[in-house]
Order: sequence, then structure tokens, then C-alpha cells
Amino acid sequence: MNTQLATPTKPAAGKSGNWLLHILRANMVPLMFLALCIGATIASELPLSFVINELVVRLSRNLFLVISLIIPVIAGMGLNFALVIGAMAGQVGLIAVKIWDIGGFNGFLMAILFSTPFAILCGWLTGLCLNKTKGREMITSMILGFFANGAWQAVFLLGIGTVLVVNNPEIVLKGGIGLKNALDYKFLQYSLDKMVYFEVGGIGIPVMSFIAVAVLCWFTRFIVTTKLGQEFRSLGQDLHIAQVAGIPTDKIRLIAITISTVLAAWGQIIFIQNIGTLNTYNSHEQVGMFSIAALLIGGATVVKATITDAIVGTALFHTLFIVSPQAGNVLFGDAQIGEFFRVFIAYGVIGMSLLLHAWHKYMEAKRKLLQE
Amino acid sequence: MNPMALWKKLTDKYGFPKVCISLMLAIFFIGAFMQKQDVAAMLADSTVRIAMNGILVLAMVPSIVSGTGLNFGLSLGIITGLLAGCIAIELDMRGMSAFLWAVVMSIPLSAIMGYAYGWILNKVKGDEMTVGTYLGFSVVSLMSIGWLLLPFKSPEMIWAIGGAGLRTTIALSGRYAKVLDDLFAIPFFGSKLPTGAVLFFALFCLLMWLFLKSKTGVAMAAAGDNPKFAAASGINVNRQRMIGTVISTVLGGIGMLVYAQSFGFLQLYQAPLMMPFAATAAVLIGGASARKATIAHVVSGTILFQALLTVSLPVINAAMNVGNLSEIIRIIVSNGVILYALTKVGGGH
Amino acid sequence: MDAGFLLELRNIEKEYFGNRVLKGVTLNVKPGEIHALVGENGAGKSTLMNILFGMPVIYATGGIKGQVVFDGKPVEIKSPKAALDLGIGMVHQEFMLLPGFTITENIKLNREITKHNPISRIMGDSLKSLDVPAMRKDAQKALQTLGMNVDDWLPIAGLPVGYMQFVEIAREIDKENIKLLVFDEPTAVLAESEADKLLDAMKKLAARGIAILFITHRLDEVLAVANSITVLRDGEKVGFMTQEEATIEKIAEMMVGRKIERITTTAKEAADNEEIALSIRNLTVTMPGEMVKNISLDIKKGEVLGLGGLAGQGKIGIANGIMGLYPSTGEVYKGKEKLALNSPRTAIENKLAFVSEDRRGVGLLLDTSIEYNIAMTAMQIRGKFLKSFLGIQAIQMADDKRIRAHALQMIKDLDIRCTGPTQITRRLSGGNQQKVCVARALTMEPEILFVSEPTRGIDIGAKKLVLDLIVKLNRELGMTVVVTSSELGELRSICDRIAIVYEGRIETVLSPLASDLDYGLAMAGKYSTREEAV
Repeated sequence: MNTQLATPTKPAAGKSGNWLLHILRANMVPLMFLALCIGATIASELPLSFVINELVVRLSRNLFLVISLIIPVIAGMGLNFALVIGAMAGQVGLIAVKIWDIGGFNGFLMAILFSTPFAILCGWLTGLCLNKTKGREMITSMILGFFANGAWQAVFLLGIGTVLVVNNPEIVLKGGIGLKNALDYKFLQYSLDKMVYFEVGGIGIPVMSFIAVAVLCWFTRFIVTTKLGQEFRSLGQDLHIAQVAGIPTDKIRLIAITISTVLAAWGQIIFIQNIGTLNTYNSHEQVGMFSIAALLIGGATVVKATITDAIVGTALFHTLFIVSPQAGNVLFGDAQIGEFFRVFIAYGVIGMSLLLHAWHKYMEAKRKLLQE
Repeated sequence: MNPMALWKKLTDKYGFPKVCISLMLAIFFIGAFMQKQDVAAMLADSTVRIAMNGILVLAMVPSIVSGTGLNFGLSLGIITGLLAGCIAIELDMRGMSAFLWAVVMSIPLSAIMGYAYGWILNKVKGDEMTVGTYLGFSVVSLMSIGWLLLPFKSPEMIWAIGGAGLRTTIALSGRYAKVLDDLFAIPFFGSKLPTGAVLFFALFCLLMWLFLKSKTGVAMAAAGDNPKFAAASGINVNRQRMIGTVISTVLGGIGMLVYAQSFGFLQLYQAPLMMPFAATAAVLIGGASARKATIAHVVSGTILFQALLTVSLPVINAAMNVGNLSEIIRIIVSNGVILYALTKVGGGH
Repeated sequence: MDAGFLLELRNIEKEYFGNRVLKGVTLNVKPGEIHALVGENGAGKSTLMNILFGMPVIYATGGIKGQVVFDGKPVEIKSPKAALDLGIGMVHQEFMLLPGFTITENIKLNREITKHNPISRIMGDSLKSLDVPAMRKDAQKALQTLGMNVDDWLPIAGLPVGYMQFVEIAREIDKENIKLLVFDEPTAVLAESEADKLLDAMKKLAARGIAILFITHRLDEVLAVANSITVLRDGEKVGFMTQEEATIEKIAEMMVGRKIERITTTAKEAADNEEIALSIRNLTVTMPGEMVKNISLDIKKGEVLGLGGLAGQGKIGIANGIMGLYPSTGEVYKGKEKLALNSPRTAIENKLAFVSEDRRGVGLLLDTSIEYNIAMTAMQIRGKFLKSFLGIQAIQMADDKRIRAHALQMIKDLDIRCTGPTQITRRLSGGNQQKVCVARALTMEPEILFVSEPTRGIDIGAKKLVLDLIVKLNRELGMTVVVTSSELGELRSICDRIAIVYEGRIETVLSPLASDLDYGLAMAGKYSTREEAV
């Protein structure tokens, strides 16, 4: 027997022409940035091969960090602005291998191994803090990131040479206290990137780095199909209902943020092994912001993020990064304009996304209040 | 009374941050005496910085009282203040009149900015702090392009070579540097107390106090305390929030000019980015929360925070030789205090 | 004792801080039986269910006596999990469904079927993969049991409300050991045709041997499906009857019956005064949970009018709509003048005042002093308690002296127990908070005073004081008062006329001295149909 209740009629999206509009509307943000990227690339007058080469390098070193943002979004904790903390944990591993002077791929692996317990601890602490501030995770993780930055400086400016004695003039400041502003990582550079490396039409492909990214993509996909992933998704939908269904929400949130933090630590190590220098006190500073901006440009929002968003967004954001100073120079006769412009894009896209999300939430709450 | 009970009583009464910071400050002062530092100069220095930052901290009051929470978007007001400061130089004004004209010009600019900001905040109720922070960041970075493109001509302000765009730091010596600080300055053990700047700050505190006692101020406080109550009493909550935001932004602009005259420079581009956080931290140290703030919180918080920053630097530097410490303390204390306040607001669910 | 009962609640008692809310309730449910539990709000239905489900709030406050026997064995249900393990399920009144999940995912929420994969073997069970085909099979089975043909892979968002209710039920019956299902007002949100389908489904479940406890206030639904009916009133079981014995009149009378102690000696004759203070025409108010649908009502000058009815029927919405707190349409005339709706300011300016049912949410500034709470509205709307600043008329300052004097007077008149006029209202007891709300309303010198749920959350001693105060305002100051209350006894003790609201409409207007039967039928929405029949 059928209950004979009215079945919901699906919106007719199948009409010819409509689907195109539908696709356009659904992907408005990435498409707008695509247009901007194309325009800026043309304006910059840079050779395409150069842009593509740069882009491949930037994708290989940034994608891991960007993808590490996805799980907290799925678990309803919003954009993890505390990604900085994970990056710091990664740098702890890097500083350790610098002190021990382990180079090459061994050093890379050692950094990963050594940073992981720190990342787990930091992630766990971040999670505890965010569990105390449910509903305002993003502003909290933002401030937490700033706070951690201060703590980082205190540890490595004051701690080195006082608590932890390091007799290495190459990395310690003249006074014997504090790490130098820039640490050289030539001994580690390209240890992952150039393990398997070949060029196609003048474009270098760091195969292992992309394999690492691919494994991470697979892992993120995989986790969504598990029991744990189902719990992440339930939390993301409605914390209260998940709790009523008996899911240990606080614990699941801790797990989500810890995974993100550990991935960010590894991501930062991959990043630095490509760059080859560690700016002790500001390499990590912009990590959270740039990764988040990249993810959002790909079409993600505070409540929805996919691997495709991450890849598309990183590609677009970094194309803009590559070409905008030159475009600024050509168009306004000032490269600085382009530089400020890309910073504005990063902040602006995050600001816009947060604003739209908050507005939507407010309107939704208002609508719910009035509907019966 | 046992120490634990005393501690609890104190933190209950004054709030955890205030007690902690007072304690830290006391320790640093003892340290300063023991190291035989010039404590009088430290006090005078602290006074300068208190008067310099006071109005920026005061700007938090209308925003908290009207219910929009901590104003992380204060940089919007700071930018309009900077703009007015630049215009005063462009018009080739000097001295006190340049400063006062800058203040006067900043008010309409800030009011327009505040109106737009308030309009947005009324659309994102409940998420004002997150949105405000990034709105501030966005506008600061957009304005970075603006500083490059705005058609200022005064050679004091534009890059010496190349010509286009304003400098990152514009020196105010010969314009309106220290005009308030030096007004009625009183000698104090070889230093000067900035009487004029302190009086200026006191004047604004008094005006704010009067405003909070006025019919509008009372309505604003009601809207902030309980929007549903206010609506049921026929108070237009959105309008009150708007008033609070506009006043906060205007004070941000004026506060920036006071800061600049004391500092001696206008800092453009990315400099305003993190300024709201220091102001927020000060009012929180004073015992305010994201929902409640008074003039007393502003005054005590500014005194404690700025004195801590001033005193800690020479004391720690004398103990061990590392640079940039004051900056580290500022970052840790201000963000620590804000974090603490956020955990106290309670979970949204 | 009949061994055939699935659930036996024997002499259950419960005290809240010395206040007995359950006074020895006994309830027996057989397997495969639909057992209706009816009673007014506050009769003790939800407390009883909370005990059955081992809700922490109930157990934390203690004071529970009596015995629960389930399946022949005495049990102690100390947690919701224990209830679940016994096979007791609940269909929530508000849906506990995740909108973005499919029907299957919701049915299987946190009870997913999983299988091992290489990674989970190493990393632990939480990384097991979901066995989606198996989950869907189970979900389809549960849906089919309910007679529901729907794609189980559709997301919840976009489904009609009726479907959501069925998904909730499917989730419960998918639990293998389910023996007893509690339906808490399941038809409240459904359209009539949907409700019928739900009742059919309930019968079907009962036929499969599942016992059903059916909590509702729709008496015709009770008669249609319940095998037996238990009536609660004031924490006591006042009646039990089988389907054959039951009539609507019988149930209704049992639900309401009580001794009435009138505070005022006489009900003023309705004909005393025909002057209309406020005339309401076709008022519709969109207040979630308390919708008002197109009512018309006249409030006479100098009367105390009661608005009664069960929770959720809309009585609360009337005052809220007139005062402009929730969107409303229709016309309200005060004398000859038409009042603009949706504007609290207009209402207050026209000498209407409101003491809200949501004391802490709407009625008070919890972190503001008593004196400012009292003066606030009068200051903002009436321009009272203001002085000019240094003689400048444009700048209006609060006149603290007059505010203080007025607050002290009010504290004395209404006997508000506090440390002083500057104490913040959060620290006051419920009764004293209520008095502050009343003081604020009186400060506006209203002609018509709306008071909603004046005694909710107030201890017994203070209740009487508040009710006395309302009568005093009416009798001595001649104020027209409209009292909205869920406690019918309270209304019958102080009102001159009582309008009963049912499903957003005025069912009837009764004299406080009307019979219990009339009240019972009116509350159940059966008064007008019976009148027609007679």
C-alpha cells in the first residue's frame, strides 16, 4: 500500500538552456575568478609556458595544505583558521632536522615523523578550545592562530639558547639566544619534488609531490565513506540532532580538527622542502589565510568544500598570484598595485564568503522563525 | 582568608584577565625597582601611551553596548582617520589647527564608513565579530591600493622617487606631531606628562558617559542587553545598532589621529590591520566582556595594558638581551585575553 | 495483577523541590495495544515520559518513587540508553532528522551497518566502511512496514512534513528490539489527511505486537485508534477507560474537572458594561507554535478577560500579535480608532501594555538594574523620566532622580523583594521578576493591560499575590485586563469572561462559572460541534 501522500516534485532543471544557466550559477565564484585570471594573464604579457611552469610548482607545494582544510568544513566547524598551528607543528619538525642536520629524503621523513606528535597535541588543544566556543569556531580559530604566532615567537626567540641550548651559529642569533630569521633548507630542498621528476614540453613535473597529494585526496574521499565520515557529516548538518542520536559530538570534533592539524603540519613540510628556506617567524603567518582563500575561490563555502573546489581554487588563486604583479606593472606602471591586489583578493574573498554565509544564516533563522 | 578563596573572590569580582594582568604589572614594577630602572620615566611613558590609545579603546564601548560585540572592524574607522590626517597635510595645515581640522574632517568620513559597516552588521546578526574582522582586513588591503592611487600631491607624503602613491610612513614633525601631548605638558622627574592628550581622552570619556545617560544611550543599551525586550518596548533595534557602530567608527577615526599625533607618524598600508585587536584586548583587560562594557573598563584596561607593555620591555631586556619582546608580549596578551573572552561568551548551541 | 502487561508503571511519584508534580500514577500497557494518555498541559504527561526515558534532568533532581515493570521484570531506567536497550522508542514532536541526509541515512543514523576494509583492520572500527546496500535494504523494509513507497535515497530536505514523521517512525521500528513506541503529539504538525495516514500506520504497528503510548489532545483521534485511555490531571490519574466506554464528553470532563476557588466574590455580569475597549477583527498572527487564525473578539471596558486553551493552540499569539511582536494581519480598533499592527510603538502609544509570557526572553533586561527595567519603556515611548541637558531641549537625558523615586515607590507598592533599585533583575526570584515586569507595564499607565502566563514558574505563595494584584488593578483602578494562561483554574478564579482558543480560533467564550464539561469540550475543540448537534 502506498501512503498516497503528495510526493515532492523536483524542480524541473532539465530543460535545454536552463542547465547551462544552472551550471553558471552554481559555479559563479570560480568562473568569475577564471575570467579574472585569463584577463590578468593576458594583461601581464607573461609567456604562457612560464605561467604554467610556475603554476605546477605552486600546485605541488600548496595543494596539500588546502586539502587539509576540507575535513573540518565537513564536520561543521567552518574554515579552520587555526591551520597556522598545524604549519607551526610542521616547522618544529623542520627545525629539529636542521639542528640534527639530517638532509635529503631521510631528513624529510624525519621532519614528518617528528612533527606528527606535536601536530596531534596542538590539534587536540585547538579542538578543546573550539569545543568551548561552539558556534563561533571561526573567530576563535582566527584569534587562536594569532595567539599561537605569539607563543611561537616566544618559544623560538626566548627558548632557544636558554631552555634548549643549541650550539650552531648558523641558526642561532648572535647573542646566543633565539633562532635566526631565516633558516637555510638547501639540504632538504626538492627531496620529495625531485625524487621522481621529469619534464614535459619544458614543464617540470614533481611526480612524488603530486602522488602525495593524490594519496591525500584518496584518503579524504575514503574517510567520508566510513563510519567516522558519516559522523563528520552528521555533525556538519546539525550538531544537536547528532548529539541526540548518540554521537559523541565533542570527541568527533576533536578528531576532525586534529586530522586537519596533522595534515597541515605535513603540508607545511612539503611547502618548505620546495621553497628551500624557512622564514622562522613568518613563513607560517599567511598559510591559513592563503589556503582558505584558495579553497573559497574554488567555490567552497563555510559549510561545503570538496576536493575539486580545493584543486580548482588553488590553481586559480595561484595563477592570480603569479601574474598580478606583472599585470599591475603593465596596466598601472606599478608592480606594487598588483601585489596589494592579490592580498586584497585573499582577504576580500574570505570576507565576502564569511559575509554571505552569515547573511544566509541570519535570513534562514529569520525565515524559520516565521514559518510554521 | 586562604589564598585560593581570595583568588576566587578577586577573579569573580574583577574578572580573570584583569587580576592576572595587574599581577604581572606589579611583578614588572617590582623588577624595575630592583633593577634600579628609571621608574619615573616609565610612568611618564605609560601615560603618553595611555592617552595615545585611550580613544581607540573607548571606541569599543558603543559597539559592545549596542550589542554588536567586540568591534574587530575598527580598522574601518582607523582608515578614515588616516585619510583625514593626510588631507590636513595636503591642505598644508600645521599645528593644533591641522589636528583639529583633521578630527573634524574625519567625522563625516567615518560616519559614512560606519553607516555602511552598520548596514552590513545588521544583515549578519550573530556573526558580527567574524565578519567584522575580515571586513576590516579586506578594506585595509583595498585601501592599500587606494593609498597608491589617491591623487595626493604634497611632497612630504608621496614617495620621493617615482612620485606615485603615498609613503608607508608619513612624518608629522612640523605638522601636528605631539600637538596634544605638548599642550600644558607638566615636567615630571625629567620627563613630560602629556596633559593635553590626557585631557582630550578624559573629555571623550565624559562625552561618552553623558551619551550613555541620554535617552538614545539608554535605548542603545537596552537594544544591546536584550534585543527582544527592546523591540517589544518600541525601540528600533537595528537603528540603535547602527548608532553604536557609527559612533564606534567615528571614535576609531579620532582615536587614530590622537595616536598619530603622539606617535609622530601616520602609518599607512598594512599598518592598521591588527590595531583593532590591541584596542579590544585593552577593554577586555579592563573587565569588559563581549556583552558589557563601561567607561571604567576602558580607563582601567587601557592603563593596565599600556603600562604593562611599557614597563615589561626594559625590565625583560635588562634580564636577558633579546629584541622585539614588547611585540611578543602584545601578541600573546592581547590574543590570549580575546580568546578568554570568546570562551566566556558561551557556546552557540 | 495481570501478567500480560508489557509496561507497568506503579504508583509513580515525582517531586521537584518539594513540589509534587506526580502523585502516584499507575499506568499499564499491553503488547499490541494503543494506549492514549490525555491531559492538560502540566498534568504530568511529559514528566511521566521523561521518567520512562531515564532523562538525566529528571533523575538529577531526585524525588522519584514507585516502580517500573517492563516485560514482567522490575527495571530501573537510569539513562536514555537504558530505555533504548529495553526496546522503548520515541517519535519526537519536533523532527530529529538531518535535512541533507537521505532517508536511509537518517533511519540508520549512528546505527550504520559497517564492514571492514584493510585500513579499518589496522586503525580501528571507526574507519569501517558503510555497507550502504545493507542499510538501504533495512530502511526499505522499515518503510514498507509503514506502507510507504518512497525512494529511500531521497534527501529529507524537500520532503513533505508527513513523510518526515514517517521517517522518524521508520527509524524507531528499524531498531530490532522495539517493543514500546511513544508518540508525543505526533499529529500536531500534520494536515488532516496526513494525520489519518499516521493513525493507520499506528494501527498497523500495533497489529504487529508493538505497544504504543499515544499522547495527544485531539480527542477524536483518541476515540478512533486507542484501545484504552488514561486521563491525567494535576499529576494524578483521574480515570481509565476502554475504547467501548469512552466518549468525548467523558474524557473532556475528566481532563478539566477541579474545584474552583474564585478570588473575586462575583463574576461581573457580562451585560454590566457594553462599552468596547478593544475590538479585534480577523486577526491572524504568525507566531511559531502559537498561530492565530483569523479571530474576532471584543474586549469590554473594565473587564478581566481570560484567554485559555491548550499549549500550542494560539492563545499566546493573540496578545503578542496585538502588541506587534509577531507579524500579524487584520484590524484592531481601540474605541473608534484603528490601530496600526506590527508596531510595538503604536500599541504602547495607544495605552496598551503587555507583560510577556517569556519573562526572561522578552520581559526583562536581565543585566540592567530594576529601576531602569521599570522606567525603560515609559521613558522611550512616553517621554517620561527625561530632563534636558544644561537647558538644551534637543538633548534629552535620563532623569535618575525621578527614576529612582518611581522605582522605590513601585518596589514598595508591589512588594518587590530585592536589595535595592540598582540590583540587576537576573538575580531576582521568578515572582519578583514578574512583579518588575508588571511594574514596567503599570509605569506606562495603560488603559488595557495584557498579561500572559502571569504565574508561570512562580512558587505557590507568589502566584496568589500576582493574581490578587491583577484583580486589584481591575477593581480599584478600573483597568481592562486580558489574562492569557494555560492554567484554566487560574483564569476561572479571576476572570469575568473566558475565551477558549483552539487551533488558532476562538472556540467559544464561557462564563467562569460554566460547567467542567463545557470547558473540557471547548479545550478539545468539540464545543461548537456539540452545540450544533443539540
